[in-house]
Amino acid sequence: MVQERTVPVFSPTATTISREDGLTIYEDMVLGRSFEDKCAEMYYRGKMFGFVHLYNGQEAVSSGVIKSMRSDDFVCSTYRDHVHALSAGVPANQVMAELFGKETGCSKGRGGSMHLFSQEHNLLGGFAFVAEGIPVAAGATYQTKYRREVMGDESADQVTACFFGDGASNNGQFFECLNMAALWKLPIIFVVENNKWAIGMAHERATSQPEVFKKATVFNMAGVEVDGMDVLAVRAEAQEAIARARAGEGPTLIEALTYRFRGHSLADPDELRPKHEKDDWFSRDPIEKLADHLTAHNLATAEELKAIAQRIQATVTESVEFAQSSPEPKPEDLYRFVFAEDV
Amino acid sequence: MAETLLFNALREALDEEMARDQAVYVIGEDVGHYGGSYKVTKGLYEKYGDMRVKDTPIAENSFTGIAVGSAMTGLRPIIEGMNMGFLLLAFNQIANNAGMLRYTSGGNFKIPMVIRGPGGVGRQLGAEHSQRLEAYFQGVPGLKLVACSTPYNAKGLLKAAIRDDNPVLFFEHVLLYNLKENLPESEYLCRLDKAEVVREGKDVTLLTYSRMRHHCVQAAKTLEKEGYDPEIIDLISLKPLDFETIGASVRKTHRVVIVEECMKSGGVGAELTASINDRLFDELDAPVVRLASQDIPTPYNGLLESLTIVQPQVIVDTVKDMMALQV
Repeated sequence: MVQERTVPVFSPTATTISREDGLTIYEDMVLGRSFEDKCAEMYYRGKMFGFVHLYNGQEAVSSGVIKSMRSDDFVCSTYRDHVHALSAGVPANQVMAELFGKETGCSKGRGGSMHLFSQEHNLLGGFAFVAEGIPVAAGATYQTKYRREVMGDESADQVTACFFGDGASNNGQFFECLNMAALWKLPIIFVVENNKWAIGMAHERATSQPEVFKKATVFNMAGVEVDGMDVLAVRAEAQEAIARARAGEGPTLIEALTYRFRGHSLADPDELRPKHEKDDWFSRDPIEKLADHLTAHNLATAEELKAIAQRIQATVTESVEFAQSSPEPKPEDLYRFVFAEDV
Repeated sequence: MAETLLFNALREALDEEMARDQAVYVIGEDVGHYGGSYKVTKGLYEKYGDMRVKDTPIAENSFTGIAVGSAMTGLRPIIEGMNMGFLLLAFNQIANNAGMLRYTSGGNFKIPMVIRGPGGVGRQLGAEHSQRLEAYFQGVPGLKLVACSTPYNAKGLLKAAIRDDNPVLFFEHVLLYNLKENLPESEYLCRLDKAEVVREGKDVTLLTYSRMRHHCVQAAKTLEKEGYDPEIIDLISLKPLDFETIGASVRKTHRVVIVEECMKSGGVGAELTASINDRLFDELDAPVVRLASQDIPTPYNGLLESLTIVQPQVIVDTVKDMMALQV
């Protein structure tokens, strides 16, 4: 049996997060969890199709990073992208409608679960092949730097958060982009969501150096590991990385140690992960952890948190109603959007 | 009018478009300090600086993805494939992201970018450096495929490709960089979607592109002396195909010979033949003939290499055979 990694200790105090920020993050995490639970239900009821990869258990990473960013910053995701999209501000209605394949979806029903896009919310995708989003994210940061240095745009200080998993960290595009991002001091944050498993491939079986964050050092880049089940810990590291990128001091690699509470996708029988491993990680639910912090430090009452959960449940229910009642794309629009002239 | 070599015509196009629009930049291997493997970007680094003429590490898929990401967010990148064949290593980013992302995103993003560089069969460069990527990429939706063949059209097409809001694969040929032509002093653009009638004729339509255009012109000189009158059409746009020009010619000549450098299986000629049969079958007096490269890795040996690609004499013989079959 592989020894679990020791998680870096983060000791928050009463002033680590304000009540307002704490509630914003709590709401975002609950939205992520509730939305994904609803997706599972809808998938099994035959309302959505294809490969659907849920984010349950990893909420602290999305909320901790994206809620530390500005609305004009960029987010780049993978095939496990619903919750990144929600954290980035894409309305639940639009995400759910996309999963239902409807015209009102954020990708107008052309993308599906693995291809969520929103120019309005600076969500670059939704990339289904492992690691292919990394260069695209790096390209968005090249644009930011270019706009600032070549075009003299002082307001061009946006940061891009690029999410991917432990599986992607063994792909060439990961190393190539770490190299170029560090070499060119690109304002990017590489967020490795190390959930220990690439479908059925255990991380330790796939890499000679399981501590992904250490790979930053050979590129002369900051690299940190963080408890990916603790949103306050993730947030603290994200804030530092964002400040570094925004100041033009280059990229950061954040390895968040996390776990998915469901199989790789809803089509995955999930037979390889041992029960004790799952139980161990289930006991570290990131939403409960934040709730405990908020109540322990009198930042919120249990009743308030419950009210948030109920409100979010209503939002998610409404998103299903919106998706169901939305129109299908028109057959005559089959070819629309192949070229830029189609708007 | 100024006599200009083809590689300089391309350089002028880049220079003019970079001067015109600050969002236009060049990215690739050895495009900056070195000035490009065929000197197409020579002097641009000195003029426009490091960010606008970006030398990259040898990481084709990643720098192509970087170009895609920058195009999605408002820049207009021009990728130089040091050799177009190397871009096989960027196939994923070109196909999945440059080609399909606009559609997949439901129109959220557009990807104005040009991917250009030297391709085709050169002189004994070996199989890997003798690629005809147009055959591999023609099946990817969302990409425009354009092949230049003269200094005039190289410049006008490249400028138009840079201004186009779609991803354009722009094919140059290693053996055409030193062609010379007098170019207009004033600015001009060529349409990306328009085939060029190189020689008007009434007997047979030769459909060709890139270097094979010049083989067809050479063959036509021989045929002319023997009393034949071929029409030569340079496709220019390999996708989409300009069926207005192709159709007008076929309705006149009723005979088609395709002359291409692609391998025969699954090449541009294969698609062209199928499309002609779909659209113009009733106009044909003879089956479409495809002259293409052999279905083999391009051999290094000079004799074998010359046997691999179509030679002008083969075009002459094919046209004469076809004309002998009078209906």
